[in-house]
Amino acid sequence: MTDVLQDAPRSARTERARRAWFRFRQSRLSVVGASMVLVVVFFTLFGNILAPYPEHVTGGVDTANRFQPPSLAHPFGTNELGQDVLSMVMAGTPVSVAAGFTVVAIGTILGTVVGALAGFNGGWIDDVLMRFSDLMLTIPSLILAMAVAAALGPGFGNMIVAISLVWWPGYARLVRGEVLQVREEVYVTAARALGASPVRVLFRHILPNVVSPIIVKMSLDMGFAILTVAALGFIGIGVRPPTPEWGTLLSISRSYMPDFWWTAVFPGLAMFLAVFGFNLLGDGLRDVLDPKARR
Amino acid sequence: MTALLDIRNLHLSMHSFDGEARVLAGISLTVQRGEIWGLVGETGCGKSVTGLSVSRLLRSPPAEYTQGQILFEGTDVLTRTEAQMLTLRGRHIGMIFQDPTTNLNPSFRIGTQLIDVALAAARHDSAILGVPTGAGRSARRVAARRLAVSMLEQVGIPDAEARLDDYPHQFSGGMRQRVLVAMALIGRPGLLIADEPTTALDVSVQAQILALLKSMVAAYDMGVVLITHNLGVVSQVCTHVAVMYAGTIVESGPRETVLDQPLHPYTQALLRAIPSRDVARGALQGLPGSVPDLINAPPGCRFAPRCPLVRPECLAAAPTSRQIAPQHHVACPVVSEARHA
Amino acid sequence: MLRFVLRRIFLILPVLIGLTVIMFVIARVLPGDPVALAAGPNATRDEIARYAQEFGLDRPIWVQYWSYLTGLMQGDFGVSIFTRRPVATDLATYLPATLELVFAAMMLAIAIGIPAGLMAAVWRNRWPDYTSNVLSVAAISMPRFFLGLLLQLCFAMWLMWLPLGGRFPIIYEPPPFVTGFYTLDALFAGDWESFVVACRYLALPAIAMSLSPLATILRMMRASTIEVLHQDYVTTARALGLSPRLIVFKYVLRNAISSSLTVIGLYFGWLLGGTVLVETVFDWPGIGLYATSAIVAQDFMPVVSVALVIGFLFICANIVIDVLYGLINPKVRYQ
Repeated sequence: MTDVLQDAPRSARTERARRAWFRFRQSRLSVVGASMVLVVVFFTLFGNILAPYPEHVTGGVDTANRFQPPSLAHPFGTNELGQDVLSMVMAGTPVSVAAGFTVVAIGTILGTVVGALAGFNGGWIDDVLMRFSDLMLTIPSLILAMAVAAALGPGFGNMIVAISLVWWPGYARLVRGEVLQVREEVYVTAARALGASPVRVLFRHILPNVVSPIIVKMSLDMGFAILTVAALGFIGIGVRPPTPEWGTLLSISRSYMPDFWWTAVFPGLAMFLAVFGFNLLGDGLRDVLDPKARR
Repeated sequence: MTALLDIRNLHLSMHSFDGEARVLAGISLTVQRGEIWGLVGETGCGKSVTGLSVSRLLRSPPAEYTQGQILFEGTDVLTRTEAQMLTLRGRHIGMIFQDPTTNLNPSFRIGTQLIDVALAAARHDSAILGVPTGAGRSARRVAARRLAVSMLEQVGIPDAEARLDDYPHQFSGGMRQRVLVAMALIGRPGLLIADEPTTALDVSVQAQILALLKSMVAAYDMGVVLITHNLGVVSQVCTHVAVMYAGTIVESGPRETVLDQPLHPYTQALLRAIPSRDVARGALQGLPGSVPDLINAPPGCRFAPRCPLVRPECLAAAPTSRQIAPQHHVACPVVSEARHA
Repeated sequence: MLRFVLRRIFLILPVLIGLTVIMFVIARVLPGDPVALAAGPNATRDEIARYAQEFGLDRPIWVQYWSYLTGLMQGDFGVSIFTRRPVATDLATYLPATLELVFAAMMLAIAIGIPAGLMAAVWRNRWPDYTSNVLSVAAISMPRFFLGLLLQLCFAMWLMWLPLGGRFPIIYEPPPFVTGFYTLDALFAGDWESFVVACRYLALPAIAMSLSPLATILRMMRASTIEVLHQDYVTTARALGLSPRLIVFKYVLRNAISSSLTVIGLYFGWLLGGTVLVETVFDWPGIGLYATSAIVAQDFMPVVSVALVIGFLFICANIVIDVLYGLINPKVRYQ
């Protein structure tokens, strides 16, 4: 280890990156996860355009062709309104991914601000903020999100507000923990002794060190955020039809099982595969980026 | 007479991200019953790895034995199956490690741990427990407990019967090391490998543990490999010394010979680096340079880059070990010539 | 130990009060008119006002909060403005069902997750490890409601081995109340047939619930086992000839379990709040289903109370885990 430290910092950093990339490629699962996420991103960008029946995505119906089983014309079959299930599933990707990403982004920003404030200031600010986030963690998050979403009324924006509200405490704890640890490191003490302002210390020295665990948590959380969005849709207080949201699609087609199983199974599978991809990627990233969690 | 332990030209490689590290490059060492060998060297020179190899405790991969033999009572342990090793460990080869705080399982009473080792050692040899071969489980258990008590008494733990039911954290560091000595010897092994057994202890306790080891060795007629980086420990208890440098044994022989008339430049440098009352202030010398990288190590003598006596042929090929006096081996062409001249 | 437990129990109180405050604030700050919703679509302004007065909803929020809090002291959880039933009665009916489901799911998860995690660690980087790794990530990624639907589709609709939903056949009388757990109550009553029936109803929802805690426990167990396997005392045990089986199943297991306990405690609480979806899929009459219907109706008292009860059980689970942790670790126990 000592010889690494003696090298110039830049070469040490590129060496670390090289090793990290090596480890990442070594684990086949992370590569599979990354590819799956790429596919998800692809459908997020082009799902609406590539949908074979774009008119169904915007609410068009074709009642003459209700409940067609999977065929060449409709690989995933058609639903109770004669809509092409494949088109609906493809067009559902941007809805879920956008919602999931927004929730995680808001949660991260809020949590980072709270955690950094608490960790950096310490004292009563720390006490108050952390007791509050602990409290939020005690409340069953799904029920809280449901209650907020129900009170705000249905809709994409309201749903995101509701989920974000319960999403930040995890990040706050993570960031605070890292800040407390990094704060005591020699180089941070040195920077402060040299008269660097707290804000500068926070941005230059502390936050860069917290980035890796946050990225790992974000990629793992993307999956859970997508699941939560789908869960609200499934309960019936998330996005409303005709927006093709996976959870909502699933909750509607439930009633048509078992005869028209394809209407439920394919949206569910899409949801599962998207979340699976993010989780595999997050796992791989954690192995690479977070030395504490490794082994 | 077959030697108790006879390591012949052992080569060991470890595979890592950066490539193949040749951790041991031709180790030879012969230990007889009654001998206490001090295996000395700096951190990372391969002395612990040598000790673990004798019991085959290294996982492979990454460890790979590329050449050589480790003969224990005449048979090569490297060709034994894991099941055969199980009958050897504890019963024929005992081991003690450095840190008594981490080598006892914190969640179990020391009695449980001692008894399990005794029962494992007695798997194929009920005589250890002093019960007939066909004895039932409970009889063996009772005998094992009795044996554990007597071992604890022998290593000097007062009130042994009651302390059997205590947990490791209820013992002091020195007492814990005594428990570990008892555990290592409860199977009556012929060979004891002690890896830095006193390094983690207070100086006053160190002397006690060393004295204990010495008396136990005499009582059981064992051979011992004592791994240490402390030449003071060697001069207190060892009968023989082997000095290791970067995966090779550079010099070995009876303690007095090696410590009083060191021949290899590394041994000489090592002895000069020890502070003692006799050495005048300022005479204490460090050794310039650092230990070589074991990955892609150059073909010649591994000490050559730091050696004051280095010659061109030292860089060409690894020196072979030569016997210079009875039992005194040195792996350095320069020295042997100097001696003959 | 006792002092530690008492201290922890004492500390529950402020948390619970904070919890009710947050829920109350959220309920009142957010838009939405629960009274109008409860009074019905055709209610006049007067009717709505009378309704609000009847339930005390016209008072300032802090007065409402105070009366809720004083009611809690006497075990009064308020009244549902929708069904007009006391929330306490409803909770007593629905909570045992949820607890039974959560316990069953956790038992499944622990019974499979711990040995599987141990095995994955022992066979690290070989096929059992890879398989369990892929399967556990998949299990965590599986939406519980989708898994529930798939189970229903396979085992209830196609194969028709197990009932589709519910907790007990409507036409039969459930076993006499002792614990509120139908399976246990049936056993207490010596009614083997009812026990089998209750288990058949419990099976699918419990499996659907157990998958993600199972995977998490497996992964946690794997990680902690690997850590324990690297400890010096394992090397010593190996060096002194203990058989691998004895080392793993006796010495490593106990040390590895203690670090997995925390996760089990967390998951227990998390599952209590997460039964909503599974209960919806399987029509399981628990507090999740109860909370959902209350949320959709914006009937607030049940929601606050359910959150309170779950929060309380969550904290209790963590205390129990801490005590167990102390029992397993002699060092903690004796301090």
